[in-house]
Amino acid sequence: MAFIPHTEADVAEMLAAIGVASIDQLFDEIPASLRVRSLAGIPAAMNEMQIGKLMSARAQTDGRPLCFIGAGAYEHHIPAAVWAVATRGEFYSAYTPYQAEASQGTLQVIYEYQTMMASLTGMQVANASLYDGASALAEACLMAVRANRKSKSQRVLVPTSVHPHYRKVASAAAGNQAVRFEEVPFSATEGRTLAAALARFDGQDITALVIQQPNFFGVLEDVDALTRWASERNIFVIAVVNPTSLALLKPPGQWGAAGADIVVGEGQPLGVPLCSGGPYFGFMTTRLAHVRQMPGRIVGRTVDVSGRDGFTLTLQAREQHIRRARATSNICTNQGLLVTAATIYMSLMGPQGLARVASASHARTAELIAALTRVPGVRRLFPSPYFHESAIGLDRPVAPVLQRLADRGILAGFDLTEHYPELGHAWLVCATETKTSAEIERYASALGDVMKAARAA
Amino acid sequence: MSQVPADLTYTKSHEWVRKLKDGTVEIGITDHAQHELGDLVFAEVPEKGRVLAAGEACAVVESVKAASDVYCPVAGEVTEGNPDLASAPELINQDAFGRGWLLRLRPAGAPGGALLSAAEYEELLRAEGS
Repeated sequence: MAFIPHTEADVAEMLAAIGVASIDQLFDEIPASLRVRSLAGIPAAMNEMQIGKLMSARAQTDGRPLCFIGAGAYEHHIPAAVWAVATRGEFYSAYTPYQAEASQGTLQVIYEYQTMMASLTGMQVANASLYDGASALAEACLMAVRANRKSKSQRVLVPTSVHPHYRKVASAAAGNQAVRFEEVPFSATEGRTLAAALARFDGQDITALVIQQPNFFGVLEDVDALTRWASERNIFVIAVVNPTSLALLKPPGQWGAAGADIVVGEGQPLGVPLCSGGPYFGFMTTRLAHVRQMPGRIVGRTVDVSGRDGFTLTLQAREQHIRRARATSNICTNQGLLVTAATIYMSLMGPQGLARVASASHARTAELIAALTRVPGVRRLFPSPYFHESAIGLDRPVAPVLQRLADRGILAGFDLTEHYPELGHAWLVCATETKTSAEIERYASALGDVMKAARAA
Repeated sequence: MSQVPADLTYTKSHEWVRKLKDGTVEIGITDHAQHELGDLVFAEVPEKGRVLAAGEACAVVESVKAASDVYCPVAGEVTEGNPDLASAPELINQDAFGRGWLLRLRPAGAPGGALLSAAEYEELLRAEGS
């Protein structure tokens, strides 16, 4: 399929056909006061050689720090084949092509992706992906309001142990569409949400409960008890999960007696490198019964007129290009390229490979916690079971300590002070399978030095 | 020209209303509407007990081409959604005025000054050029 821009002759012909003198004239209805006249602040154009030098210089300022920050984006080993295949010309596009059925290979990749995500989460159907984990949660809340017909309140309970950025995005995107978010506090001693904290909502009309597993602190929530509480009251369960962890943990489809209703999460751990915060991709899966309320697109498998297997975009009647304002979502697309990488990653790893990544990450984190808490003045905040992150408490302010470690080339963790001042001096650490014992020791020893110097000062 | 049974009343948005003996009314979409939508693949009907205002979106009918809202012709409380449509939405195509009904409700007041007679609805279809 050729994508060739219009020539000047094409443009002139089209303008003549509609009786317009210039392209500018098409924008006449935009008032002059709103139009940008100059692009001050945009530097002069550079050629390819110049821009290459500039970008290399900028990339060098990043250095290659040793990263122990998780907090929603995770450094995993990505087999070289993932991006070698994903960047082949046949796949290298961020978009599902228009006239999608002409691109059977692209559709098949998405179909395989959907099958993998449905299987990983223990649900029946998946969509073709969303922007990222946080916007996927926003979409899930809106979907719950549409799909949970037993509830009229549009009230969604969100524990404060859910990622703070996810809560902010969900409230910005869905809060302005009449969804009412209500916080549920986590246990200060356990770092997780207790079913007892939900008791005050007994007997009230609640649309959905969000459960993040593992939660923002890396702690494993008692998902069975929370799901059971919700299901018994006809409250939808929206699961926010880390896909890597699902190789070891019970899939949301099996939580409690009834399972979760909608599952979302950030797909970045599946073959997408850490890269200035994105682009990443969000995933969403659900029960077949709710599929018509699921936002986004779905690729289906079918047969053509000759009975041969083929793939097609299905359930499009609810998408925005057909249903406009009443569409299931007006901010969704799919992240085609990242989904392609994730599909290749998952097919290379397989269930056993993913389980080894998850086990190794957990083991490395256990080693990290043990090493860090041997340093005087450093303790683990919550004694609960965890996956591959942990909240660490200090006897002094966190920011200067993090800065000194950064000066030594170690990104030591995510400062929790801004989002959780009630936890005191605390940060969040993460170790994945990429960290060696020597690197963990380097971190612990540097922390020991920094703490000692801080006490002496 | 599609069928327009004389014993029903209609809306401009192509719903029909049938008065039942027990004082409730049955509501569906017209033969013209099902024809315009094409083959229906899904129908979402309201749950029993839902209170609807006249003009409120009360059901969704989805074909391979479009998903369209159905607007409630009269205010009232839903007594039943058609349970057969979940497995057989094609009933709406096959028998729009009969087995393809969408919902029944108990009207909140005297139904419908605004509803059209069969003759008026036929006139509307003619004006729309069908």
